[in-house]
Amino acid sequence: MASAEAGTLYRGREGMWSWVAHRISGMLIFLFLIVHVMDTALVRVSPEAYNEVIGHYKTIVFGLGEIGLVGAICFHALNGIRVILVDFWAQGARRQRMMFWSVVGLWVLLMIGFVPRQLGHMFGWW
Amino acid sequence: MTATQIPDPTKRYQRTGLRGRNIEMLSWLFMRFSGAVLVILVFGHLFVNLWLGEGVQRIDFAFVSGKWANPFWQLWDLCMLWLGMLHGGNGVRTIINDYARGPRLRLVLKALLYIAVVATVVLGTLVIFTFSPCPAGAEPSLLPSICSE
Repeated sequence: MASAEAGTLYRGREGMWSWVAHRISGMLIFLFLIVHVMDTALVRVSPEAYNEVIGHYKTIVFGLGEIGLVGAICFHALNGIRVILVDFWAQGARRQRMMFWSVVGLWVLLMIGFVPRQLGHMFGWW
Repeated sequence: MTATQIPDPTKRYQRTGLRGRNIEMLSWLFMRFSGAVLVILVFGHLFVNLWLGEGVQRIDFAFVSGKWANPFWQLWDLCMLWLGMLHGGNGVRTIINDYARGPRLRLVLKALLYIAVVATVVLGTLVIFTFSPCPAGAEPSLLPSICSE
């Protein structure tokens, strides 16, 4: 295990920051998943109870939170594919930096697609 | 004084004493396989629930029960629940192993994690299988259209 006494030298750059972002996004998604299973479990209580709680997801604050959640999921999914390629593709380790910027580019494209769609749902544009 | 043993430079450096098939290797492999499946399951879930139609605005009891009246979506959500919780739980286990130094803190955090994972998986599985799309005595306007057919 790394510790300050043993030294925490790391190469930094894309390899380290993608790892940090993967960890933080994964932790957030896991916490949301537990909450989401519990709110969905309310369908077993009554239609009224479920509709009451799920109604909060349709507010502006939750709508913006959903954009953050989808952003975290998209990054974690794309970077996860990069991790799989680093581990299983012969060229993976050599191309990891290029793949990181591909992840960033694809993430921006996915968010450019999702954010207007979500804002449209929130404000009733379509 | 004995001469310093210099290992053969072609010999692979061993981080742990573990070789071959072991729990940590299987956990590493599980993260990659479950992750690849989850990409499909989660993007499918987001596409149907947040992108199509009026997105989150149309989600209510009738929408969820309409989906779960179909075994396809029951199986989809069941796989997503199990793989998601085990993938996420294993990820948090790795985070605890990395940052919690004392043995007691590690024990407490892992106990809490395993209780949360088991409780969430059991709760979700029971809901998917014991759920009725048309509960008796419920307000008919809140139910999916299949209940009045």
